[in-house]
Amino acid sequence: MADVVIIEKGRHERNYWGDIWRYRELFYVLAWRDVAVRYKQTIIGASWALIRPFLTMVVFTVVFSRIAKLPSDGVTPYPLMVFVGTLPWTFFSTGLTDASNSLIGNSNLISKVYFPRLIVPIAAVVVAFADFLIALAILVGMMFWYRFAPGWNILFFPIFVVAAIGATIGPSLWFTALNVKYRDFRIIVPFIVQLGLYISPVGFSSNIVPPEWRLLYSLNPMVGVIDGFRWSLLGSSSQLYLPGVAVSFLVIIIFMWLGVRQFRATEKSFADLI
Amino acid sequence: MAMSAITVDNLSKRYLLGHQSDPRFRNKDVNLRDAIVRTVRGAVHRTGDTLRGREMIQGDRLEEFWALKGISFEVKEGEVLGIIGRNGAGKSTLLKILSRITEPTAGRVTIHGRVASLLEVGTGFHAELSGRENIFLNGAILGMTRADIRKKFDEIVAFSEVERFLDTPVKRYSSGMYVRLAFAVAAHLEPEILIVDEVLAVGDAAFQAKCMGKMSSVAQENRTVLFVSHNMGAVKTLTTRSILLESGVVTANGPSEAVVENYLLRTLDERTKALRAKNLEGFRRGRLYDNPPARILEINIANPNEDSDTLPEIELGSDFTIEITLDVERPIVNGDLCVVLMNSQGERVTSLVASDRVMGLSLPPGEKIISLSVPDLYLAPGRYFAEVWLDPMIDSTSCDAVFDYPLLSVVNSGQVSHALTRPWGTVYSKKAEWSVLESAAPVNAR
Repeated sequence: MADVVIIEKGRHERNYWGDIWRYRELFYVLAWRDVAVRYKQTIIGASWALIRPFLTMVVFTVVFSRIAKLPSDGVTPYPLMVFVGTLPWTFFSTGLTDASNSLIGNSNLISKVYFPRLIVPIAAVVVAFADFLIALAILVGMMFWYRFAPGWNILFFPIFVVAAIGATIGPSLWFTALNVKYRDFRIIVPFIVQLGLYISPVGFSSNIVPPEWRLLYSLNPMVGVIDGFRWSLLGSSSQLYLPGVAVSFLVIIIFMWLGVRQFRATEKSFADLI
Repeated sequence: MAMSAITVDNLSKRYLLGHQSDPRFRNKDVNLRDAIVRTVRGAVHRTGDTLRGREMIQGDRLEEFWALKGISFEVKEGEVLGIIGRNGAGKSTLLKILSRITEPTAGRVTIHGRVASLLEVGTGFHAELSGRENIFLNGAILGMTRADIRKKFDEIVAFSEVERFLDTPVKRYSSGMYVRLAFAVAAHLEPEILIVDEVLAVGDAAFQAKCMGKMSSVAQENRTVLFVSHNMGAVKTLTTRSILLESGVVTANGPSEAVVENYLLRTLDERTKALRAKNLEGFRRGRLYDNPPARILEINIANPNEDSDTLPEIELGSDFTIEITLDVERPIVNGDLCVVLMNSQGERVTSLVASDRVMGLSLPPGEKIISLSVPDLYLAPGRYFAEVWLDPMIDSTSCDAVFDYPLLSVVNSGQVSHALTRPWGTVYSKKAEWSVLESAAPVNAR
């Protein structure tokens, strides 16, 4: 006889994480669907994933370097520094925005079929990650253009990619769960993303932040992620401020814990609330 | 003895409904000040609720609504169980709990095996994707792996009859094609327990027949099926046992034939009761005179066997008398009265016209009872309705008429025939004689 499922109030399945593994097919398919649908009926299709970060880079370079005359990190060309900053930021902002609306967008599924709900927001983050990979390809092209070779620090790059994923998933889960119940978050999330762009070191280097404020500044988890991206990809010319990275990573872990906890706690009532 | 696939034990589900208690706020045309007061008050309430970890509900007064009230039942492995009941009886809530979409408030369900639910065909179809892509998407949502789907892909396509449009986005499909494709995917699921809700309400007759065939073949493969439908015919053919849900309680549990019968009678009972509770006014449609000389007051059966609060009952094969009370305001000379009997399908059984038997009714003012005895018309068991027309003169326009009035119920308690249930038709011949004739010709067994 197959597995036994017991349904009771407040019962957390022992095999919740096992269930997620069992439903991995659905996870692939949902992510694939969102990627496939994303650029349907558009003229230039997936090129949008290239154009958006590229234009952001051009504008930021003009505004922050040419007009505001902010300094780059050491010898790094300013556009390159900006582009490396927009990589994790675009991933974070797209992931957060899409994930927090994902459950509402899939409400017909939530109210009709059972599956671990965690799959939906995470699939949305995966879609944002696909865009991230495309943008990464442009970065490689740009590094050739500027004849800029990464140093040994590139070995640490995967760690910061994982940190970027963590920094995106944590708040995403939290906002997703809250958004089902309180639609206020539909307004809050774009606002956070908009403000976050200015308080994160996307268009400028975090080295221009006064040293006594840097630890506080690193409470923004994206500060550690962006700094780490720049350090690992653009070489040692940009100094890595380790205490700041540690603080950022701690915040990322706290947000992950908060997000998963909030999500698991409210998951069962999604179908009633949505 | 088969193992049980699903055991439902004392299951309850509560929903909270919010109401707006202040009538001032209920209508939309409040002034700005009231609207602001309400918004602020609501926000304070909601914030308070949120901080205390309660659910956020619109309105300021809560009402509990129990969609399910402690229901228990069991489904054996390989059994096909029908779940019937009116809208709002709790069927959908039950299915949502069984398919783990929502959580019960109390009670417990034990399920042995993998459950797939078809709470609606086409769940998760994406309009922008092609038919082919949607087969994979929908399959995954319903719990199939890509390998499963690939294996059954051709079968699914053949079943759905949309081969030619496989690479067209489903948003360009006709609704029939859409539904066929959706059902085709669902029909090829192979879980141990399948939950089906209202899928047979779609498609043309040929496709429905195909779906029914598929459903019964699934049932024969010894898989457990829960089947919810308003199509009583489908429930009777597909399921062996059924439960009847009424306002969150199981009121019948047994062989499908009996439960369906029970359900239909109950619905009919309630409708009849509601109809008879309103006096005749509810049935009067043709008030054709502004100031009629006479009106129909009551329609009754004289001395019924049993006058239940629903319908007067008479025994199969017995004579009956209809009594019609008239309120005559101005004298009627040479008037006419007509009674049309109809069966529950609305087909005319016969019409009884006063002027066929007497030369015309002449009535002085006052309340008069007209008695119409029918000694030689034997109606088959069932319910009968009456249409009564009152004409002030023979062949004139009617001055009053009553339609679809529940008149009587003919029951067979076994005095006439031993077969208690049988498709009786409409009339019953009491005096039919059977005999065997000594002749070379074979007996005509009609």
